[in-house]
Amino acid sequence: MPDMVIEIGAPVAAPLAPAGSHRAAVRTALLRLRGPALGLLTIALALLAWDLLTTYRVSFHIRFLNVPTPASVLASASHAFSDPDFSYNLLISCRRIGTGFLAATALGVPLGLTMGRWRLLRDALLPLFEIVRPIPAIAWVPMSIMLWPSNEESIVFITFLGSFFPILLNTLMGMGQVDPVLVRAARCLGAKEVSIFREVLLPAVLPQVFTGLAVGMGVAWVSLIAAEMIAGQFGIGYFTWEAYSLVQYPDIVLGMVCIGALGLGSSALIRLVGWLVMPWGRLAGGRPK
Amino acid sequence: MNSASPRGRIDVAGFGLRFGQTTAVSDISLHVKPGEFVSLIGPSGCGKSTVLNAVAGFLTPTAGRVLVDSEPVRGPSADRGMVFQQYSLFPWKTVRENVEFGLKMQGMGKSERLATARTLLSVAGLHAFENHYPEQLSGGMKQRVGIVRALATGPRVLLLDEPFGALDAQTRMIMQELLLDLWEGLKISVLFVTHDIDEAIFLSDRIYVVTAAPGRIKAELTVPLPRPRAAGMSETADFHHLRGRLLELIREESLRAMGNEVAAQSGRRAGLDLADAIGAARL
Repeated sequence: MPDMVIEIGAPVAAPLAPAGSHRAAVRTALLRLRGPALGLLTIALALLAWDLLTTYRVSFHIRFLNVPTPASVLASASHAFSDPDFSYNLLISCRRIGTGFLAATALGVPLGLTMGRWRLLRDALLPLFEIVRPIPAIAWVPMSIMLWPSNEESIVFITFLGSFFPILLNTLMGMGQVDPVLVRAARCLGAKEVSIFREVLLPAVLPQVFTGLAVGMGVAWVSLIAAEMIAGQFGIGYFTWEAYSLVQYPDIVLGMVCIGALGLGSSALIRLVGWLVMPWGRLAGGRPK
Repeated sequence: MNSASPRGRIDVAGFGLRFGQTTAVSDISLHVKPGEFVSLIGPSGCGKSTVLNAVAGFLTPTAGRVLVDSEPVRGPSADRGMVFQQYSLFPWKTVRENVEFGLKMQGMGKSERLATARTLLSVAGLHAFENHYPEQLSGGMKQRVGIVRALATGPRVLLLDEPFGALDAQTRMIMQELLLDLWEGLKISVLFVTHDIDEAIFLSDRIYVVTAAPGRIKAELTVPLPRPRAAGMSETADFHHLRGRLLELIREESLRAMGNEVAAQSGRRAGLDLADAIGAARL
């Protein structure tokens, strides 16, 4: 914005450029801002609608009678963020996601690579995975509680399950798309199996791996929140459900907003890591997918 | 690359490859003397690349022997550099990292690798592009990097599988001259697969003509042109004479190949597909 002001206010600062090019530059700058501005406008309108619907307690089949107003959510947020219990809930959810998701990555990516490379392993494992995969992670909650000695472990396990299959299957799919001539070229240059994995197959499937990580992270959050609502004693999912039980309606929205923000943040983090580890992938668009 | 006795002799004797009922190539015998430039030419699908892949170590003969310096070929190795028709550069590595790859596999240290790669790249006129990714290069430059990468480890033989097939005519000429320069400098044996008659004559000391499937050696011709080769040589009588003979030989085979295709389309196709499948499975 400051650039624009200077351009309009002081065209004489660049006497070599004709006046028309200034106008063109301003127009380009404005055009570039149009997209984000439209997005912000829609968000503002949605907030306004929320405010009006709740302030006037509108009820036409959908009932906004008990839905908290934006102002009350804001008030409960300022209260919650000074409360150590709330921060602990956020922290513990992040820890569960981190543990489950990292375990799924640590297991899913190598397994996808080796299953893609060795047919025998794929033939042995894939049918089992295909049977287990359609069971939503949430359906595992009772079983998981029975299996694991602590609630904490069972929730982490559910998170792990949610992200494991997208990560594994995307890696495996990526392996099917690796150009075989690259493996042959590597072998001609003296690469042995371990080097082929590290130098050829892994970088070749990284784009699909990161697709898997992004999808897996989404499913991990879904699974985590559900597990916390059912079985948790802490965590942001537990907090949100508890708010409903305790009739603290502003906290429900606060919990929802926090879950959304954490989900957004974690997927942005994955995109950032992908952007950092795949510099060759920046050539086409120059920006993370 | 240092050698008291010349190295890089290729001997293919009675080489045959069958997949079940289908014969891809049969009874192919050829040799490449140390430092010699030899081309294989023939209609597409005749099995020229099969021979090359056997020398590279991607295929095991079902008949006959494939020897390099009297040793049977057992699997691919950096002793036999290969340049593929498809640009086979690693997209995630820069030009320099691609060239360094073979050296890294040999366990060469980082700084030594860097220095070697830089030297090679500047010889090939690519030093300005060392930090580019393959995607940023033109087809000709990619293939230039491919050749440099194959030569970096100092192989005894260089195998090229229609390396310039996808390039435009001007770029192809430049690449041919570059390849000859490198070959003359390194005194390395070259086995070159092409279906371009002019290219084969311009580059080679000798040319083998391969028949339509199943592939056999139909003829062996010596190129009488002096070295170093120059672009103007394609106007000489020797060149014209040789081109005429090759055209005739290959025309016969191409017609035969097309006839085969009509007559036994399913069988031959199945054989070729099978050859591809086995080649892929043996990666």
